Amino acid sequence: MKDFFKKLPEQAVRVAVVFLVFVAVVFVIRQFIIPPEMKEPALQQASSMEREVAKEIQYAGAQICEQCHEKEPQIKKIGYHRNLSCESCHGAAQKHVENPTEVKPTSPKKRDYCAYCHKYNSSRPTGFPQINPDTHNPRKPCITCHNPHNPKPPTTPRSCAACHAQIERAKAASYHALIACSVCHTAPEKHKTSPRTVIPTKPDKREFCGKCHDKGSPRKGAPTVDMAAHGEKYVCWQCHYPHTLGGI
Amino acid sequence: MDRRDFLKHLGWVISSGGILGGLSADAWAKMLNKTYDTTKHYYGMGIDIDKCIGCGRCMQACKTENAVPAVPYYFRTWVERYVIKTDRTVSVNTLNSDEPGDVLVEKDVLRSFFVPKLCNQCDHPPCVQVCPVGATFKTDDGVILVDSKRCIGCRYCIQACPYGARYLNPETRVADKCTFCYHRLVKGLLPVCVEVCPKQARVFGDMKSIASPLGRFTRMNKIHVLKPSLNTDPKVYYANLDGEVN
Repeated sequence: MKDFFKKLPEQAVRVAVVFLVFVAVVFVIRQFIIPPEMKEPALQQASSMEREVAKEIQYAGAQICEQCHEKEPQIKKIGYHRNLSCESCHGAAQKHVENPTEVKPTSPKKRDYCAYCHKYNSSRPTGFPQINPDTHNPRKPCITCHNPHNPKPPTTPRSCAACHAQIERAKAASYHALIACSVCHTAPEKHKTSPRTVIPTKPDKREFCGKCHDKGSPRKGAPTVDMAAHGEKYVCWQCHYPHTLGGI
Repeated sequence: MDRRDFLKHLGWVISSGGILGGLSADAWAKMLNKTYDTTKHYYGMGIDIDKCIGCGRCMQACKTENAVPAVPYYFRTWVERYVIKTDRTVSVNTLNSDEPGDVLVEKDVLRSFFVPKLCNQCDHPPCVQVCPVGATFKTDDGVILVDSKRCIGCRYCIQACPYGARYLNPETRVADKCTFCYHRLVKGLLPVCVEVCPKQARVFGDMKSIASPLGRFTRMNKIHVLKPSLNTDPKVYYANLDGEVN
């Protein structure tokens, strides 16, 4: 064996040494210098997830607010804003949770903040309370009349049009303009304060329309039909919408 | 050095290397599993178009939570306003999170509504397929993440996403997108857009749990997803979605 090494030409030994050093360097780099997560996708993804998980949260979540604040969540629970998270209005509050005395969350008091949700926009779903900020008590901060933790109309509405303006406007241009809402709908007094739990009545029979529109009814000027022969299978409002212009 | 010593040293090197390698893999697994098991969850989001009022609170909160540049053309989630005219022309524009929407001129409008959008966290994500360096991947709980250290900012994924959900973050120079607020999920919190939505137009839940709000949402509503023909299997489910939305 020793003879074999002695017989090797010197240049071959040098090449072999260089080669071995190269292999050793590559081995060291791969094994010890390149971090394991760069070689193994599973480890790479795990370390990426680890970094993602370590990111700081800014919004603390609504549950934690109730641990210190008692009054506001109690008021909020019964109002229209009951499903609204505290941080929707007061902003990110994780820093406030960590340091309650030094960092205070924001408290929007100007008109424009309420307008994010309540400014009239025809793309918004019907029934969502909206106002036109240019005509609805301009420049007056919303919170002077409405408590944001339990928002309500400041006074009980007197006319139906306060909430049902769309119907009121349509009706004003129709043949039924002079007929009051109460002729066809009976609204319990409680409907004004809890509009969604106490609902007004609607006519449910053909005979109700027949009181004016049946042949031989005492009402003068109203167009009459023979109710017995006219669309007997249907109720009137399947074809005639009583609030709109022209009546059909 | 004789052979005995050499072998001794070799044994040391091999065993210590093995211990180091073994430890690091173990340590990662332990750290992730200690509080949260990824295999026990599979997340999705439901969006009810009939409830969205287009207030833009989700966009605002998302930017705060996830340090998305404040300028109004980088979004992880955004809200589009669709206006369909009586002549069936459709115009779509993205809301600006800082200002309430203008009063729309109602002339000739057939219907109009808001559509919140975000990364659909596809079950078969095209972005993962095209990433040349494997920087973007799907976790066991169904969220698509971007490894910001691995990403080379080639923008291929941004091109490949059929929903336009990705953007190149101008500060970090890597691709960024909605993560369902992954850092909140593991702590048991909701994604921030769901948290702040005043109308509960967004519903978040775990599809491995029948009792989750998302399960109820998908049972109670007729569900559509965006661009179903692409077979990306989105995990963002829309209720009351108009046929014009894509």
